[in-house]
Amino acid sequence: MNTALSWIKAYVPDLDVTPQEYTDAMTLSGTKVEGYTCLDKNLEKIVVGQITKIEPHPDATKLVVCQVDLGDDNIIQIVTGAPNVEVGQKIPVVLDGGKVAGGHDGGPMPEDGIAIKKGKLRGVDSNGMMCSIEELGSSRDMYPDAPENGIYILPADTPLGADAVEVLGLHDTVFEYEITSNRVDCYSVVGIAREAAATFDKPFYPPQVTATGNDEDIHDYLKVTVADPELCPRYCARMVKNIKLAPSPQWMQRRLAASGIRPINNLVDITNYVMEEYGQPMHAFDYDLLAGHEIIVKCAGDGDTFQTLDGQERKLDHTVLMINDGEKEVGIAGIMGGENSKITDDVKTMVFEAACFDGTNIRLSAKKIGLRTDASGKFEKGLDPNNAEEAINRACQLIEELGAGEVVGGIIDIYPNKKTEKRIPFDPDQINALLGTDVDEPTMLGYFQKLDLKFDAETREVIAPTFRQDLERPCDLAEEVARFYGYDNIPTTLPSGEATMGGLPYDLRIENVAKEIAQFSGFSQSMTYSFESPKVYDKLLIPADSPFRNAVEISNPLGEDFSIMRTLPLNGMLTSLSTNYNRRNKNVRLYELAKVYLPKALPLTELPDERQQFVLGAYGDVDFFHMKGVVEEFFDKAGMTKKVHYDPNAGLSCLHPGRQASIVYENTTVGYLGEIHPDVADNYKIGDKAYVAVLDLPSVLPYTSFDRKYEGIAKYPAVTRDISMVVPKEILVGQIEDMIRQRGGRILEDCSLFDIYEGAQILAGYKSVAYSITFRAKDHTLEEKEVSDVMKKILHGLSGMGIKLRE
Amino acid sequence: MKEQLEKIKEEALKQIEASEALDRLNEIRVAYLGKKGELTTVLKSMKDVAPEDRPKVGQMVNDARALIEAKLEETKTALARKAREEQMKLEVIDVTLPAKKSNVGHSHPNTLALEELERIFVGMGYEVVEGPEIEYDEYNFTKLNIPPNHPAKDEQDTFYINKDIVLRTQTSPVQARTMEKGKLPIRMISPGRVFRSDEVDATHSPSFHQVEGLVIDKNITFADLKGTLAEFARQLFGEDTKVKFRPHHFPFTEPSAEMDVSCFKCGGKGCRFCKGTGWIEILGCGMVHPHVFEMCGVDPEVYTGFAFGVGLERISLLKYEIDDMRLLYENDVRFLKQF
Repeated sequence: MNTALSWIKAYVPDLDVTPQEYTDAMTLSGTKVEGYTCLDKNLEKIVVGQITKIEPHPDATKLVVCQVDLGDDNIIQIVTGAPNVEVGQKIPVVLDGGKVAGGHDGGPMPEDGIAIKKGKLRGVDSNGMMCSIEELGSSRDMYPDAPENGIYILPADTPLGADAVEVLGLHDTVFEYEITSNRVDCYSVVGIAREAAATFDKPFYPPQVTATGNDEDIHDYLKVTVADPELCPRYCARMVKNIKLAPSPQWMQRRLAASGIRPINNLVDITNYVMEEYGQPMHAFDYDLLAGHEIIVKCAGDGDTFQTLDGQERKLDHTVLMINDGEKEVGIAGIMGGENSKITDDVKTMVFEAACFDGTNIRLSAKKIGLRTDASGKFEKGLDPNNAEEAINRACQLIEELGAGEVVGGIIDIYPNKKTEKRIPFDPDQINALLGTDVDEPTMLGYFQKLDLKFDAETREVIAPTFRQDLERPCDLAEEVARFYGYDNIPTTLPSGEATMGGLPYDLRIENVAKEIAQFSGFSQSMTYSFESPKVYDKLLIPADSPFRNAVEISNPLGEDFSIMRTLPLNGMLTSLSTNYNRRNKNVRLYELAKVYLPKALPLTELPDERQQFVLGAYGDVDFFHMKGVVEEFFDKAGMTKKVHYDPNAGLSCLHPGRQASIVYENTTVGYLGEIHPDVADNYKIGDKAYVAVLDLPSVLPYTSFDRKYEGIAKYPAVTRDISMVVPKEILVGQIEDMIRQRGGRILEDCSLFDIYEGAQILAGYKSVAYSITFRAKDHTLEEKEVSDVMKKILHGLSGMGIKLRE
Repeated sequence: MKEQLEKIKEEALKQIEASEALDRLNEIRVAYLGKKGELTTVLKSMKDVAPEDRPKVGQMVNDARALIEAKLEETKTALARKAREEQMKLEVIDVTLPAKKSNVGHSHPNTLALEELERIFVGMGYEVVEGPEIEYDEYNFTKLNIPPNHPAKDEQDTFYINKDIVLRTQTSPVQARTMEKGKLPIRMISPGRVFRSDEVDATHSPSFHQVEGLVIDKNITFADLKGTLAEFARQLFGEDTKVKFRPHHFPFTEPSAEMDVSCFKCGGKGCRFCKGTGWIEILGCGMVHPHVFEMCGVDPEVYTGFAFGVGLERISLLKYEIDDMRLLYENDVRFLKQF
């Protein structure tokens, strides 16, 4: 909300602060000022002059030479190219050494303005410049009487030599406020002025609304029925006849323009002015276009359509509240009037409406119709019905003051359930206990008084006026105290009381292990969105019947690309790898701790299973076994010391069929890894072999542990045996290892592969595999026989698998 | 005999002095002190010495032996040092040659910022608690004093799954969930992902992170809130950081505030970074609204508490001077490597 300081000062005349002081103090008392614009910025040495003589320029057809009287016999010569100058006009003149805010074209204004110096224009002396409204930093929106192109002409009675900026009312500052949604009353100039008066401890003089109207009675002209009082708690109507449309006075135009509202004519301006001043939207109907001279407030029928005054056709249903005239709909309540009853230049008699409509209904209707207006924006916050009467009377007062018409006597006011003031128990000790302050009771009551809150000393209750609907409970009173005592003045302490143990939950500690291992292994952490396009399943070659395609769908997504919650973490990773590949980054290794969202049933009736997954992805100087290494390093560090198994039959269509495995720990599949299927790599435009590994952390978690037991460093020597085997090709080394470990028994310490070979010297269908097997006993030096017995068992087991020792 | 000994000694010392290698010293040792060495030979001829002279001669032989041994040892040490020095001269490297790095990976800036926050609050006795990202409307809104049809639901541009389930718009629902567990007092922070339907641009993202904080105990005051968050700001942005609390409105707290910190770039003088104000808005906070307590089963007559919510990206963008939020989700390694 934007408002000129001069308008606030109309109600708080003693306010005397700089814009910065105002900004700081208002913000600290709860009315946040987002920024301000000084309308006289860069306007220096600008006075009122009168053109006394105009002569053609000897060397330029488009220029004229003017003599300008600045009063006190001070006449200067100014050369101008403005098309609209005439002898006798009074004009703003910037003198030598002065400044204007902008150029005459109204383009962006330079930060430091434009300095004006005397000089020669095509050889003729010019000692200043006559100003257009744009040069004065303003616009025709604010000064509609300014010419489209040329010098701004001041009224004939303006004193010569006077400060032209003052005359134009530009010694003013427009403040932009951010009003919080609970302070509906501050969406109005009066509301902000009340806060300003309280903040600076100055008297507050709200507008004095006087009685208006002729001796006629509106009831003789108009009948109003509210069919749905739930949706329309109050409806006030007044009438104006013998309307004389004219521009509104300059002061009103300027206040509206400063608020960002374009002045139009006295009637429209008055409704807008009162909406700004009181926060009460108003509407005007042409009385002669109301067929039954009647107003009925009721909901539309399903399927009705209605043309709003912007000419658009709107679809309605039975929840949309409408204004009827007995024969037809003439307005969508609280949102916009109808084309069929709008005020035109021919209007003679009109009906003013100041109503209170249900905020929720207006908000939902505005959404449904797709039309949000200034009025609906105000209604949807939930207005105070007690404000409507004063606002409509204020409008009628302005009609009379501006001579815009003859106000018909009386008011129609349908207000069946009057909203009453709320009473809140007042307990200063409780307030101090909540704030941690020591503010005495009279001080608190003083704050309340400044805010027009009354105090019932007998019941010890604070009575909140109905415009302060944010005040409901003692904690709300505490906030009022805090605001005016000053948040800054509240002490700073640390909570006392029972000590608590801080810390990370177990699963986050395991995640930290994952991060640590990934980073030590050269992987950097990525983050990707949780929502993606359903098209990624095709990109990842996920079969049509795969359960991965059962994703939670967002009903109002930002677009298809962000419409389902991921069930697989791969798209994010591959997209990130692709971005890096596309940018020619070499040897990229990324990891992500990514959630996937697996619905228990669709459509969703309970929350889905959210599973954190540890995802590794890489291309460049990396292969399948690097990924496997990171997985195992993580397991080691997470206390998972048992043998990890890899099942090549992982069945993942997005991975290379011969280069994928599920990761199995203690017979549980806890993840998978592999090389990205070349088709998928093509889909993601990754022109290199890319690898991923995914660990489902909730599956891993039960096997992790931070417990460590020292086992003692071996005291007795180890015995090592190397074996070289000829192995049928289809046997995996994992199977050989399993056999060695199984047969090796207690004295087997380790076995490690040291050579694998397929080729010329080996029989077709076979490969050569060599292992180094280490034996050690904890309590004695192994004897030859112990080792050879175990070796026999191992070799026997291996030969049962069709494996022969190499000769 | 004595002369013979003197001669042997002198000759030995001379040879030792002239040696230039350890091998040569060994030869000398064998030649003089070995089983068939000259000195040993003298010792063997002791039987030819008169018994009364034997002790004296023996003494002389031993002295000569000791002297030779000492000299041998001394020379050996000197030669070894010399040899090592020469070796080291050969081993001189160009220390400016490139380092051999392990190329460790890097944390995401959001994670770095989060770890800072966790460090600070865990140090103050806060537990880290997590909650679901796909959340019931009831927890995301109703239990936080945002009843059905409240305009705040629109303000937060909620993604809906259906009318009862949403993508959480804030981490605040974890407040309600933690309170409902009924274990008091509470000091917790809850970091996590939240969602609002903002189009992606340099300052907006439909998915970002918040860190929620909640303290509930007897006698918790607004002053405690101020003190806690001021301490947090000092630890996060430096000892000299000042804080400013401005009144604000959140449905789930009353009184509510926004906290600004003095601009850590200019120290509060005003610069481009803080848009000339000297202050940077960091978080929203307030005293837990009694209605929230009531809905979550905490007795507001007995307990009070405060809550706060920090935008994690806001912290990471500010702290690391990242000028475009999109960089956080592109995962270009050239970006990530800077953290």
